[in-house]
Amino acid sequence: MKSRPNWPAGLFALAWLAFILGPLIYLVTVSLRTRSEYLGKSAWAVPDALTLDNYVTVLTGGFGQYLLNNVIVTVATVGIVVLIAVPAAYAVVRNTGPFVQRGFTLILMGLAIPAQATIIPVYLMITRMQLYDTLTAIILPTAAFALPVAMLVLTNSLRDVPRELYEAQSIDGAGPLRVLVSLVLPLARPAIMTVVVYTSLNAWNGFLFPLVLTQSESSRVLTLGLWDFQGQFGTNVPALLAAVTLSVLPIFAVYLIGRRFLLSGLTAGFGK
Amino acid sequence: MSSQRPSAWYAVPAFAFFALFAALPMVLVIYLSFTAWDGLGTPQLNGGENWSRLLDDSEARASVWRTLLLMVMSWLVQTPIALLVGVWAAGKQRSRAVLSSIFFLPLLLSTAAIALLWQALLEPNFGAFVGGPLFLGDPDIALYTVVLVISWQFIPFHTLLYQGAARAVPPSLYEAATLDGATRVGKFLHITLPQLRYTIVTSSVLMLVGSLTTFDTVLILTNGGPGTATRILPLHMYITGFSGFEMGYASAIAVVLVVLGTALSIAVMRWSGFRSMSSQQEGS
Repeated sequence: MKSRPNWPAGLFALAWLAFILGPLIYLVTVSLRTRSEYLGKSAWAVPDALTLDNYVTVLTGGFGQYLLNNVIVTVATVGIVVLIAVPAAYAVVRNTGPFVQRGFTLILMGLAIPAQATIIPVYLMITRMQLYDTLTAIILPTAAFALPVAMLVLTNSLRDVPRELYEAQSIDGAGPLRVLVSLVLPLARPAIMTVVVYTSLNAWNGFLFPLVLTQSESSRVLTLGLWDFQGQFGTNVPALLAAVTLSVLPIFAVYLIGRRFLLSGLTAGFGK
Repeated sequence: MSSQRPSAWYAVPAFAFFALFAALPMVLVIYLSFTAWDGLGTPQLNGGENWSRLLDDSEARASVWRTLLLMVMSWLVQTPIALLVGVWAAGKQRSRAVLSSIFFLPLLLSTAAIALLWQALLEPNFGAFVGGPLFLGDPDIALYTVVLVISWQFIPFHTLLYQGAARAVPPSLYEAATLDGATRVGKFLHITLPQLRYTIVTSSVLMLVGSLTTFDTVLILTNGGPGTATRILPLHMYITGFSGFEMGYASAIAVVLVVLGTALSIAVMRWSGFRSMSSQQEGS
C-alpha cells in the first residue's frame, strides 16, 4: 500500500537543508572572494571574480606545521588507546579477579568526568613533568580521557564472543597472548574501528588540552592555529575562512574514502 | 583442564594510564580547591577560603544559571528537530538518502572551525545579516545565538541516531496501523515515538552532558561576553584560572562542575532506566 507524498515534511526538510547548507556555502564563497570585495559588497552579491589568493596566504603562514602536529597528535593518541585498551578489555571480559573488575568500574566512572574539570591539575602535572609545550603534553591526557568510551565499546563487543571459542583455543594449547592475537583481535575488529574513529575525531578536534598545555608556534595544532589566524589576519575574514575550509578538507577526504566506517563508528554504541 | 585466562597484567597499562592522567587529577582538583596558587609557584593550603568565597560569589552563581539555561534551551531546540529530521530521513527514497548525507556535513568541522565560521557569518558590518540583530553583541540574545550555533553543530549527530533507530522499527507495526486507518500523525505519536524512547534517552544524555561542558564554542564566539552574558561555568573556571591566575579558586569551580556532571549522570540513569536499556541492547 503506497502512501501519498508528505508535503509538510518535505518542506521542513528543505528548510533544514537551507539552514545546514547556507553557512557552508557562505564559508566557501567568502574564502574565494578578494578582501576588497568582502569589505565593499554585500555577502549576498554575486562576486566579480573569484581568487585562490586567500588559500596561498594561509598555506604560506604555518598551516603545514599545524597540520603535521595534528596528524602526530591524532596518530599517537589512537595508537596508545588501541594498544592498551584492547588487552585491558580482553582481561576485563576473561579475568574475573577483583583487581581487574574494580579497575574497570573506576574507568567506567570516568564516563561522567568532564575533562574540563581536570584541566588545572593536568596543567600542574604536565608542568612538573617538564612536558609543558610539547606534543606529548597533549597526547597523554587526550588518550586517558578516550579510555572510558574505548573500554566500553571493546568490552561490549568481546562479551558477545561465545565462551566456547575461548575454551577451544585453550584446549588447543594456546596461551592468553595467542588467544589475544588470533581470536580477540580479529573478532573485535569492528569495535576497534569504532574506537579508532571516535578517538581520532576527538584528538583531531581537541581544543582545551592544546590551549592550556602548549604555547609556542612549533607545538600548535590545527584547531588552535585557526584561532590564532583570527588574531593574525585581523579583519582578513576571507583568509580566515580559507583556513577554516582547509582545516575541513583532510576530514572530508577521509569521509569520502571511509564513509561507512565513519558513520557506523559515530553512532555505534549509542544508537539502538 | 581449566582454560587459561589472561592475567591482570593485561589490564595494568590501561588502568595505570587512566589512574595517572584522569583519576589522579580528579583527586588533585579537590586538593587544589583548598589552596592558593597563581599557576607558577607552589600551591599553598589556605583552608576553606576558596569555598567560602565561592558561596558569596554572585558571578559564579550566575554562570551556573547560564549553564543550566543553555542545557535546557539546547535540549528544547535540538530534540524535536533531530527527531523529526531523523524520522523523515529514515525513509527509503533516494532523495532522502542524498539530503541526509548533506545534513551530516557539520559533523566534519571541528568546534573551532564552526565557531569561527559563525562568527564571520554573524559579524554585524560585513557578515550575512548586515542590519539584522546583533547576534553576538546583544547581551539579551547572545546566549540564544550560542544555542543556535550548538544546534547547527550537533543536531546532525542526533539526527543520525534517530535515523538509525527509526529504520529499526518493525514495518509490520505500521502496516497494521494503516489497516486500522491510522493517520500519519497518529502513527508517529503511537508507534514511532514509543519505539524511539531509548534513543531519546541516549540522545538526551549526550546532549545534556555536551552542553554542560560546552567550552570552545563560547570561548571563540564571545569569550563570555558581551559583559558576562555568555560566561558559562566551564568558561568562568577557565578565565578565573588561566587569565586571572587564581588556580586554587578555579579548582573550587571545577569541583562544582564535577558535582553537576555526576549528579546529572546519576539522575538520568535512575530516572530513565538507562541500565535496563543497556541490558536490552545486548545481542542486538
